[in-house]
Amino acid sequence: MSSNLINEYFRESKLPHIWCPGCSHGIVTRAIAKAIDELGLDKDKVTIVSGIGCSSRAPGYMDFNTLHTTHGRALAFATGVKLANPELDVIVITGDGDASAIGGNHLIHAARRNIDITTIVFNNNIYGMTGGQYSPTTPTGALGTTAPHGNIDKPFDIAQLAAAAGATYAARSTAYHTTQLIKYIKKGIQNKGFSLVEAASICPTYYGRKNKSGSPVKMMEHLKNNFVDVKIIDKLPEEKKAGKELMGEFKDITAPEYTAEYLKLIDRLKGAAK
Amino acid sequence: MNTKDQLDLKINKEWCKGCNICVSFCPTNVLALDHNEKIEIVNIDACTKCGLCELRCPDFAIWLGGKDNE
Repeated sequence: MSSNLINEYFRESKLPHIWCPGCSHGIVTRAIAKAIDELGLDKDKVTIVSGIGCSSRAPGYMDFNTLHTTHGRALAFATGVKLANPELDVIVITGDGDASAIGGNHLIHAARRNIDITTIVFNNNIYGMTGGQYSPTTPTGALGTTAPHGNIDKPFDIAQLAAAAGATYAARSTAYHTTQLIKYIKKGIQNKGFSLVEAASICPTYYGRKNKSGSPVKMMEHLKNNFVDVKIIDKLPEEKKAGKELMGEFKDITAPEYTAEYLKLIDRLKGAAK
Repeated sequence: MNTKDQLDLKINKEWCKGCNICVSFCPTNVLALDHNEKIEIVNIDACTKCGLCELRCPDFAIWLGGKDNE
């Protein structure tokens, strides 16, 4: 028994999913299905591609054309899918490690090319599937199984990274701020170019236990209290800005899209050959 | 589109993992965990059918469904 949304867009025989109690990946996955539903996209014209990791399990539960690929390489496969079938809406589901460490170069070059792919990053600040190793988004000072005395690295800001690399739409919301998340995913899918929507997610099992963050509810409250919209951060008094993370839309511009440019090139060369 | 009157709060205990997120963020305290740490409705009269539980359930175990959609 399930809602109409789950019935329509999920492979119910695969549910319940394997994610841990309180893992917010399910919230983000549902938000993607909700965004697709609200846009009224044809299910058979949507392709969802993922790499490896907890987040990358998501397409297995979703009833679209789905592709579960190798670690970090979802965007490479997605680029092939999009160039072969430009009419498809291609969505990549990836995690913080998959997107910014193992697949970091695929990410910046897909952004640079501005290919019409929407990438949703489930950012839980840790490698959950392999046991809690620190990732490129683990905050400085936080604990991981490979950082038992605290992480000394500085974290990546994936949304800003994609924006700087050439993405034409970049935004961040959280698993708590679900309505905004759905809105940003919709705008990302509608954008004709490379879009990246980062969803701050929670990992109670590894990140939470290692860092004594408390229950899933406590971790959701942290998302609620710690993220401030980029539009209002300047209006806050200095003492309230301390330690806050930014959410909201960082980039929303129009630029030539890679698949369209590629087809134009083919047309031009064919014309010249005649 | 359903109007709020036609909507009913529904749960699927088999999918609930007892994370307590829906209980904690329900604005009108409609929900609780039962003795098995599964979701249950304890005060349906207070429900405003805002749908926040459905938006934030990681396990798709609670939702607003149509009354004639059993």
